[in-house]
Amino acid sequence: MLLRGIRDGLKRAARLAGIVTMAALALSGCSRDAGDRLVITGSSTIAPLVTVIAQAFESAHPGVKIDVQAGGSSRGIADVRQGLAQLGMVSRALKPEEGDLAATTIAHDGIAMIVHRDNPIGALSGGQIVAIYTGKVRNWQEVGGPDAPITVVNKAEGRSTLELFLSHFKLESPAIRADVVIGDNQQGIKTIAGNPQAIGYVSVGTAEFEARRGTPIRLLPLDGVDATTAHVARGDFPLSRPLNLVQRGEPGRIAREFIAFATSPEVHDLVTGQYFVPLAGR
Amino acid sequence: MSPASTSFRSPAADRALFRALAFSAGAVAAILALILLYLTLASASLLFADTGLWQLHWQPSAGAYGLVAMLLGSVAVSLLALLIAVPPGLVLAVWGRFFAPPWVGGLYRGAMGLLASIPSVVYGFWGLVVLVPLLNRWAPPGASLLAAALVLALMVLPILVLQADLALDEARRRHLAAAMALGASVSGTVRRVLLPTAAPQLLPAVLLQLGRALGETMAVLMVAGNVVQLPDAISTPIRTLTANIALEMAYASGAHRTALFASGWLLFVLVTLIMLGARAMTRRLGEGYIGKGRGDAP
Repeated sequence: MLLRGIRDGLKRAARLAGIVTMAALALSGCSRDAGDRLVITGSSTIAPLVTVIAQAFESAHPGVKIDVQAGGSSRGIADVRQGLAQLGMVSRALKPEEGDLAATTIAHDGIAMIVHRDNPIGALSGGQIVAIYTGKVRNWQEVGGPDAPITVVNKAEGRSTLELFLSHFKLESPAIRADVVIGDNQQGIKTIAGNPQAIGYVSVGTAEFEARRGTPIRLLPLDGVDATTAHVARGDFPLSRPLNLVQRGEPGRIAREFIAFATSPEVHDLVTGQYFVPLAGR
Repeated sequence: MSPASTSFRSPAADRALFRALAFSAGAVAAILALILLYLTLASASLLFADTGLWQLHWQPSAGAYGLVAMLLGSVAVSLLALLIAVPPGLVLAVWGRFFAPPWVGGLYRGAMGLLASIPSVVYGFWGLVVLVPLLNRWAPPGASLLAAALVLALMVLPILVLQADLALDEARRRHLAAAMALGASVSGTVRRVLLPTAAPQLLPAVLLQLGRALGETMAVLMVAGNVVQLPDAISTPIRTLTANIALEMAYASGAHRTALFASGWLLFVLVTLIMLGARAMTRRLGEGYIGKGRGDAP
């Protein structure tokens, strides 16, 4: 488990190094042949995934340089519209007024509400979860559980899981009354596995993997749908979102090849490595 | 001392060594100065403007970057850790040097050296899976000021014991025979002679550990709860400045990132002040001891 943490750390460092390299290449690559360069900007949720996919793509296609920049989904859309980027990263479905763009889903992001395995609660409604996270409900008794205080586990500011959680339940970050704030998914799982009164949320992929391995946590269904990667991949789990690459008009040769690569089974491990859910049917 | 004043056979080699040493020392000092310069520049836009850095609320999404709660969290956790670690540390050092059989004392010091070399993340992990669930049964949520202070105390204890042991051993070599010749008991000698003699080294050792406790990140991050609030009880979850940087740096941009650099700046300044304090204290205590001849009197 510790090794896993160290491996995650190394992975993160490698990712950071990748971003730095990208930035350096972006500077040095200005004089290169424009046909060999691909600029992708947008959601900071997708950027780490696209960065590792881009590294794999670059090593398979020598001479191609891919520049990945994070700046939010709206920047991705704006840059594609203005032609500053060939591809945009957008961590939601396109809105009706964005019909001029075409989106390709490369993976899904889903989060599961988790409790300790010994917690008798079968399911919580969206309203109950909001009440717990805003501090209106502070005892499991009030939602049909045993008489025990609730330990609310929340994610640190800036994490994409927090963002998705907040936007799904229409919460503002300052409204949340947390007892424990965690960084990565593993810390969340350890915290909840060690505390029978705790409730938290982590990536579905990680939670499913840990629960299957025997870690004492349980994934709560939401709106009657079980929290599984299969449901997230099918797109019918409510607390999930598609991770899209968007383009405008006919993409160039390299952009087309990159999209084909990013939706191929070859990137499966890269997607799960970032705790996202790969496309269904694989 | 300039190399010319030493009379070795090869002054050229001496001069080369002197230059190499001066260069290394200068480089280290320059790196330290550059870190401070970089931190100051990176956080200048928040540091030297009225941007609410010195208030309680930390809500990056709402543009509130108050560092005070986390500063107090850092200080409270470190002081509590020392309060927990120092008394047993001194007792263990005295026991290991004067009351334990010599082979047990030697073994004990070896074990302390081993404990000191365990990476902090291991202590943090132990805290997360053992200590926090244990504390949770007594005062939910378990992850708290107390949990962090206990883990930190465990981390600073080995080095504290080793440093205290060194200071006591030095004092023993100088004064034990004389005290014994005067017919003093071992416990009386330790209390009245050796501890006061060793004090000039003991206090800075404690302050060094305070600096280390303030700078510890991973272990604290795993057990402190990381909620930004003032600690009103030892079972309250708190966030330290270091944990704040580690939690949010990877995802921060703009003013949020600047505020995290300001956290680093604050920590750097705090630790520097503590180190300067430790030096000043060593000097004053050293002078006081020699000047007044304390330790000779009963």
